Amino acid sequence: MKQRTNWPVTILIILGSLIILFPLYMSFSIALKNPQELAKSALAFPTVFRWENFTRAIEATNFFNALKNSALITGATLILTILSNSLVAYAVARNMHKKFFKGLYFYFVSALFIPFPIIMLPIVKQTSALGLNNPGGLILLYVVYGMAINIFIYVGYIRSIPVELEEAAIIDGCNTWQVFWKVIFPLLMPINATIGILTCLWAWNDFLLPLIILNDSAHATLPLVQYVFQSEFGTDYNLAFASYLMALAPMVVVYLIAQKWIIGGVVKGSVK
Amino acid sequence: MGKSSPTLTPPVDSSKKRKQKFTKRDWAFYAMVIPAVLLFATFHTFPALQGIYYSFTNWNGISLEYDFVGFKNYIHLFKDKVVKDSYIFTFSFAIMATILVNVISLAVAIGLNAKIKGRNFFRAIYFLPNVLGVLIVGFIFNFFFTNILPTIGERLDIDFLTVNILGSEKYAWVGILLVVVWQACAFNIILYLAGLQTVPSDLYEASGLDGANHWQQFWKITFPMIAPFFTINMVLSMKNFLMVFDQIVAMTGGGPGHSTTSISLLIYKGGFQGGEFAFQSANAVIYFLLIMFVSIFQLKILQKREVDM
Repeated sequence: MKQRTNWPVTILIILGSLIILFPLYMSFSIALKNPQELAKSALAFPTVFRWENFTRAIEATNFFNALKNSALITGATLILTILSNSLVAYAVARNMHKKFFKGLYFYFVSALFIPFPIIMLPIVKQTSALGLNNPGGLILLYVVYGMAINIFIYVGYIRSIPVELEEAAIIDGCNTWQVFWKVIFPLLMPINATIGILTCLWAWNDFLLPLIILNDSAHATLPLVQYVFQSEFGTDYNLAFASYLMALAPMVVVYLIAQKWIIGGVVKGSVK
Repeated sequence: MGKSSPTLTPPVDSSKKRKQKFTKRDWAFYAMVIPAVLLFATFHTFPALQGIYYSFTNWNGISLEYDFVGFKNYIHLFKDKVVKDSYIFTFSFAIMATILVNVISLAVAIGLNAKIKGRNFFRAIYFLPNVLGVLIVGFIFNFFFTNILPTIGERLDIDFLTVNILGSEKYAWVGILLVVVWQACAFNIILYLAGLQTVPSDLYEASGLDGANHWQQFWKITFPMIAPFFTINMVLSMKNFLMVFDQIVAMTGGGPGHSTTSISLLIYKGGFQGGEFAFQSANAVIYFLLIMFVSIFQLKILQKREVDM
């Protein structure tokens, strides 16, 4: 039974998507104009593309430095999170019948209910006392704080993997570490993708943690730079919007490439 | 939470047979988790406990000495007008945002699940806001409310739009609410869409034959079937909106006055810049208790509804 296209709904959906796209169109329109053209009309399609706004923004905000910081922090967080959190989750998932590991599971997962502000004030004192108020410290905090949700997701997934696979490997002479890296970790790829996507989006777009942890402006991430330069942008909106778009662009590009994965991954991460 | 844990019966668990002593395998498992536990305790649990500890002192965050003051901070907390206002703002904001986001998301998800042209394309568009940085989206909308909307208001002669709503003590929250809804729907739409795809289509066909209209089908079939997704979305969005921070920094900085100062922002400002380290720690403890209470309350109520339906 083939249904016909539901046109009224299609039209509503198109109208709705205009609401989604409008702010992005506005951003492009402003970023590609000069101040005179902007004063005339912010929303009219730009007649001449003023690409120089982007080169100016790159210089003014030292864009490539911030891009490097964001990429480094996000990349390192991603790799360390996947390697370490899956390992911890494996040990927990395979020992849930033991009190210690079951307790650990609830210890990590209950942290989901602890709002960040209660940690915020002391953690700043602590990181600066330990000399961790830098990108390295930030990465460490992302990996550690991510554990609450990641262990929840990983454990659910690992428990669905039959233990027989591991027993065969043990008989073949693998020790527990080898069992994990050779047998289990490769099987985790779908869920690694999910966790990886969630972690990337979080670390790349996060503003509060870099704001309070990083104390050297040379280490600032892309969102932080937009915040810091807000006063310097002043009324030079063309410059500001060019800068915003460049800060948003990397994740949008990643999204366009891996769109199916990302949507699927986010769903899997939350429905688990 | 932890739904999978009560069924922990691993019948073929190999450790059962050699349970006698601490095997090499056991050592390996402990070695896997111990560093993580230590790090988590150091950077999560310890600061949280420290926060509770400081809430009973009068430390300003800088000086070398401080005294214990018992529950004094907590008593002041309940008398403080700024604190009270921030709780009223945050909770009414979060409740409105949760309702709006869930109603809109569910409606859009149903639309996207219908037989429409270019479904995957639109799905991708509606999810796009979720990959954009919250702070930057806030800046973009800030410009919209400050410069674009008043111009439109003037042209169309709509009086209340001619002023920048972010500058109005009475209506600035509306601007923040709109941005939050614009962005947060993305995530919820996708979750609802996943939920809708679990509803078997023959249920609709059967009820269609029985003469049920779309409205009845929604309340009798769709909504009960996706109840678990509704629960997840309500709890997650409420918790996120209670922690609203980035958007406010980008749009109003908490003003005008302190009309849009959320609890997180107040803790941040007062704790780091206002010399109220201990006082705001007490605030954070209350805030923590409330969030926990709200989440558990929601889970209980909504899960009970799930069963009833």
